[in-house]
Amino acid sequence: MFTKEQIAERGFYTQHFEQGKQDNSLILNMGPQHPSTHGVLRVMLEIDGEYILRADPVLGYIHRMHEKMAEGKTYAQFITNMGRVDYLHALAWNWAFVGAVEKLGETPPSPRAEYLRVITCELNRISSHLLWWGAYLLDLGAFTPILYAFDDREELLDILQDLTGSRLTYASFTFGGVVTDMSDALKERITRFIARLRDRLPMYKSLVTDNFILLGRVEDIGHIPVDMAVRYGATGPVLRGSGVAYDVRRAEPYSVYPGLDFVVPTSDRTDALGRYLVRMQELEQSLNIVEQAVAQIPAGDIQAKMPKKPKVPAGEVFFAVEGARGKIGCYLQSNGSGSPYRVKLRAPSFSNLSLFAELSQGTLLADAVSILGSLDLVIPEIDR
Amino acid sequence: MYRLEEIKRAARGMWSLVVGLNITGKYFLQPNVTIHYPRQEVDNLATFRGHIELIPEDNDSLTPRCISCGTCAKACPSGCITVTKKKAPAPTPEEVEQGVKPKAPKDPETFRLDFTLCSLCGQCVMSCPANAIRFSQNINIAGYSRQDFQFDLVARLRSRLPKHVKKAE
Ligand code: SF4
Ligand code: SF4
Repeated sequence: MFTKEQIAERGFYTQHFEQGKQDNSLILNMGPQHPSTHGVLRVMLEIDGEYILRADPVLGYIHRMHEKMAEGKTYAQFITNMGRVDYLHALAWNWAFVGAVEKLGETPPSPRAEYLRVITCELNRISSHLLWWGAYLLDLGAFTPILYAFDDREELLDILQDLTGSRLTYASFTFGGVVTDMSDALKERITRFIARLRDRLPMYKSLVTDNFILLGRVEDIGHIPVDMAVRYGATGPVLRGSGVAYDVRRAEPYSVYPGLDFVVPTSDRTDALGRYLVRMQELEQSLNIVEQAVAQIPAGDIQAKMPKKPKVPAGEVFFAVEGARGKIGCYLQSNGSGSPYRVKLRAPSFSNLSLFAELSQGTLLADAVSILGSLDLVIPEIDR
Repeated sequence: MYRLEEIKRAARGMWSLVVGLNITGKYFLQPNVTIHYPRQEVDNLATFRGHIELIPEDNDSLTPRCISCGTCAKACPSGCITVTKKKAPAPTPEEVEQGVKPKAPKDPETFRLDFTLCSLCGQCVMSCPANAIRFSQNINIAGYSRQDFQFDLVARLRSRLPKHVKKAE
């Protein structure tokens, strides 16, 4: 901690910049309005020509104190917040919180709801990856791919709107179940969508993945050795892109995932291309999961029998799910009253972002943009 | 040797661009995938969440099912609902004689929704014991001021009738 005088003397916001600029270097603020930071992330860069000497992310521009808000809300009311922490994979956050409450109260959801959760959550993961894919390429200067991605994503959001009622900020999980059931017509539509995206993925590959301009921008850029990824607590495609097959769905199985057949894609490349390839393979795996879940879904109620207001016993619990960006965790402490005593949310993007300072040292400014994009950051999730 | 490799690589790279352009060309010739609003409209609104609306009684499309219990107002995380109960009517002379107080009607006097605060979460819909609210399918909602989004849902329900009657006639 700094004393007041020290802070006044230093004049910079962050500890790493305490010495100010060196000779011949320039301090540059990338963000909080920079397009490639996707939201309001600010990165302070000290650059020498085109090379980055130091980089330091500055957080807090979109802090909404979700964790504190939980303490003043009932359990059911807080589900609404969970749709807004990470707007790209909101259903995983829904699941983390709802799952934590269910784990503490030992009130499992109905079997049909489990499958519906898997289906919606995986479809949401696909939509998140598609948006990442489009936006990342946009950062790298390719405009058209995002239009293809949004064409597919549109169909996906229509399906999700049918299943959840919303298109982006989902709040569709309830304690013990989900809000909307899946009709047979929708089942068919999902099957059609799976076939459609499987058709399109080879096109994505030949349009973008094989393109040598893209390879020039992602190959051998932003190497994350395994020990570095582990040191920073990176999870999700960032960790898997470094060759570690860690996936919460397999490592700490929850719901019906143990019964579903899918592989955890990894890449030993450890660079931005590795992370890119892992995400592209995850699209296929998520399609496999959805296909199996749609085929296996049992009939029955979408809501387990529960009192309308969940009775959550005193105690503490941690529940984690695999989000599109990594391990999403919810630590919940209850004192037996109607609202949580304390909620702590583990956001994967936060750990993944912390890699950036070390990763971008000594790289070109343009490469840093590529690295930032390959980490797939969602800023509202980092600040919460 | 090195030169040759370089040339080969460049040729492969150039070819990847041709492949990409080929795809772009193909899609260029395909029909439009976007919807030309307002000339066309989307049709998948079955579970769409518009702002909430009151459901009328089955046999009386002017009276809401709502029993003014206020559960929804309590369940709402953002506090956007205010329900006011109807006052009991003045007692008739017979009632005064018998000493009974007339009962207030159950349906609400006003049901205010501050849509500027609503997050469309559905807690109100799920909590209602009388199944009296649902999401509307109103997608064409725009206004010039904040006041345009303060709805009285009872008045909204009432104002609907003339339209239906007109249509029927
Ligand atoms: S949808 Fe949610 S925020 Fe909107 S009125 Fe209902 S409970 Fe309140
Ligand atoms: S809408 Fe439902 S919950 Fe709200 S006051 Fe009326 S009856 Fe009660």
